[in-house]
Amino acid sequence: MPAYVIKVNGKDHPVDVDADMPLLWVIRDVVGLKGTKFGCGMAQCGACTVHIDGTPTRSCSIPASAAAGKNIVTIEGADGSISDAVQKAWIELQVPQCGYCQSGQVMSAVALLSNNKKPTDADIDTAMQGNLCRCGTYLRIRAAIHRAAEMI
Amino acid sequence: MQQVHQISRRNFLKYTGITGTGLILGISCKDAPKVATLAEVKAWYEFNPVLQIANNGLVTIFNSKPEIGQGVWQSIPALICEELDVPIESVVIKHTGGEKKFGDMQFAGGSFSVRSSYHELRKVGAAAKQMLVEAAAAVWKVPAAECTAENGEIMHGKSGKKGGYGEFADAASKLKAPEKPVLKDPKNFKILGKAAPRPDVPLKVNGTAVYGIDATVDGMVYASVEHSPVIGAKLVSVDDSEAKKIKGVIAVERCTRIIQSYRYESVAVIADSYWTAFKARKALKIVWDNQGKDKFNTAAYEESLRALASKPGVPVKPVGNFDKAFAAASVKLEAFYETPMVSHSPIEPMNALAKWSDDQYVEIWASTQLPRDVVTSFAKEYKIPEETVKVNVMFNGGGFGRRLYPDHIHEAVQLARITKKPVKVLWSREDDTQQGPFRPMTFSAMKAGLSADGKTVAFQHKVISPSMMEADNGKFDQTKEDGYMTEAISDQKYEIANMKNAYVYAPMHIPIAAWRAVTSTSLAFAHECFIDEMAVKAGKDPLTYRQEMAKGGSDLAKILTKLREVSKWDQPLAAGKGRGVAQYEFFAGHAGFVVEVSKQGEGVKIDKVYGVID
Repeated sequence: MPAYVIKVNGKDHPVDVDADMPLLWVIRDVVGLKGTKFGCGMAQCGACTVHIDGTPTRSCSIPASAAAGKNIVTIEGADGSISDAVQKAWIELQVPQCGYCQSGQVMSAVALLSNNKKPTDADIDTAMQGNLCRCGTYLRIRAAIHRAAEMI
Repeated sequence: MQQVHQISRRNFLKYTGITGTGLILGISCKDAPKVATLAEVKAWYEFNPVLQIANNGLVTIFNSKPEIGQGVWQSIPALICEELDVPIESVVIKHTGGEKKFGDMQFAGGSFSVRSSYHELRKVGAAAKQMLVEAAAAVWKVPAAECTAENGEIMHGKSGKKGGYGEFADAASKLKAPEKPVLKDPKNFKILGKAAPRPDVPLKVNGTAVYGIDATVDGMVYASVEHSPVIGAKLVSVDDSEAKKIKGVIAVERCTRIIQSYRYESVAVIADSYWTAFKARKALKIVWDNQGKDKFNTAAYEESLRALASKPGVPVKPVGNFDKAFAAASVKLEAFYETPMVSHSPIEPMNALAKWSDDQYVEIWASTQLPRDVVTSFAKEYKIPEETVKVNVMFNGGGFGRRLYPDHIHEAVQLARITKKPVKVLWSREDDTQQGPFRPMTFSAMKAGLSADGKTVAFQHKVISPSMMEADNGKFDQTKEDGYMTEAISDQKYEIANMKNAYVYAPMHIPIAAWRAVTSTSLAFAHECFIDEMAVKAGKDPLTYRQEMAKGGSDLAKILTKLREVSKWDQPLAAGKGRGVAQYEFFAGHAGFVVEVSKQGEGVKIDKVYGVID
């Protein structure tokens, strides 16, 4: 008897996991979607960012029990005009270096642009401050968000 | 080690322009050849261990440099594609796995990737192109000299004959490779020197790039390893009774963290999920014997380095007579600078997956900067032939030098052998931060003597620090310099008649490691800040002071002049703002920066950075 039903990218996944297993590990190791990354396990780096009911959320710090029944979108499920624009802008400006944080960066940027079609530098800095990039691609991330806003 | 042909960073940048700042243009469809696909491949033909061409013209390049975010997924293939004359977008790129045939330079470190490959890989591409042309000419019964090759196609102008590389790949691959293939004149470059998109970028934007942490195999189990929180402690006892009660726990086993010359016994919980292993690890009751290492602390260590500054140390490329010049100088100054131990903190935590077959053959999946060393050192450690160690190099979620150390890979290999299951070891962020290895702490004792008119007549940069050579080898001859630790201090191009740089060894028991540079990131800080102090003493502008020490027409002089110009150094800044300058040369690169800051609360805010890189 599966403990929870986790809805990821529109599909229900019955999972037999402990209540305290973070959503991150449910997504990565049970559902098997590897695009969402583990960086710190304590909501400090943003690499694991997914959308839960449209809100960017650190999946490493949400237990499976709290994620059950919610509408979860990961990088693999990111689609629509805003996601397309963000990903195109990311490629056009060659944002990633090692790339490990970028799934989380993209998910946070999509959430920002969903609520704010023309963010200022300050808006971007506020919305993206929870997403660390160890390679330091911040200036290209900011430029790519502006570029995506132009394309939407 | 094979002969390494080096190229200066300056020439590479001039030729390639692939510095990540160029405007990325779309690929012109007009010139694009029909894209060959993997599905159409019937056979691959090897031209060189790193280059294969298929019957349909598809090209595979084996990249011996792990991609850690430095851009080798583009720069390395670009070198071959340029001379082979195929578009970089059309090649399949694979990491090599430390196999002998790919040589000893299979690593990403020391800023070596491109400078050790620039000539070699261009020759690989040029030789293959020449072989393809010869094969086509033989089939067409025309002189090879009348044929040309471009964009994956060979042409014979006079007869109008043409054909794709794939048609001649089989025959061409059987020809003897020319020893001295003709390289392109750089003015004819199509790829090098132009902005080009990086092939790994799309994968990293949609979540499909596969990193070490993402690797899986059937039957895989997970391990979380408890290391002593005090580095260097010995394991006394383990009570795993509570941990083993947790559902999903498969085993609790001991393993050895092997890093540099150190070996630390550790305890691993193996479970059916990472989360369970991590949780159960917290339920272990372990007794450690700290061996007094818990008394080690930063403040006391700093004091010990400061005390060692009175030692003369081992001279590093002395010039003139420092002691005499310093004694005679009309103005003297001394200063100490210290830098802390620093964690690499790549954002992908340490991890590795290992699988043994019949206790004889081990396959590894890992983000690593040094696959060749993993193959050879693991073969030795586990007493198996190197042909039975296979490494699958994945995209690295950051390197910074941390992944030059395969300690976590050792743990996976040992645990997989004990449990007879494929084991994925994953360190937590806390493990990574706590366990190191760390950039070594350095202490710089600086001295300078100035003449009455403010000229520098004597200079000393004495580095007091632990030895990375000792950490690596377990021993160190204290009568010698550790070149890692004094990196580049005697290579700066200021013209100073009397210099006595030196190295003083300090003992240390914690693993210390290359961190981006080895120590240039630390020593440049001391070196250049002290030059500023000297400028203040001399009553001179810090940039002018540096320019006066630079030989006319030298690279250093050019960098400083350019920096003065681009940073508008001579225009006064508004109140509350300030600027500083520094330069340093190391690893065949030379850079100078001007940083503009403004006051913000107790500290400063960086407003703008101007850089000149030669």
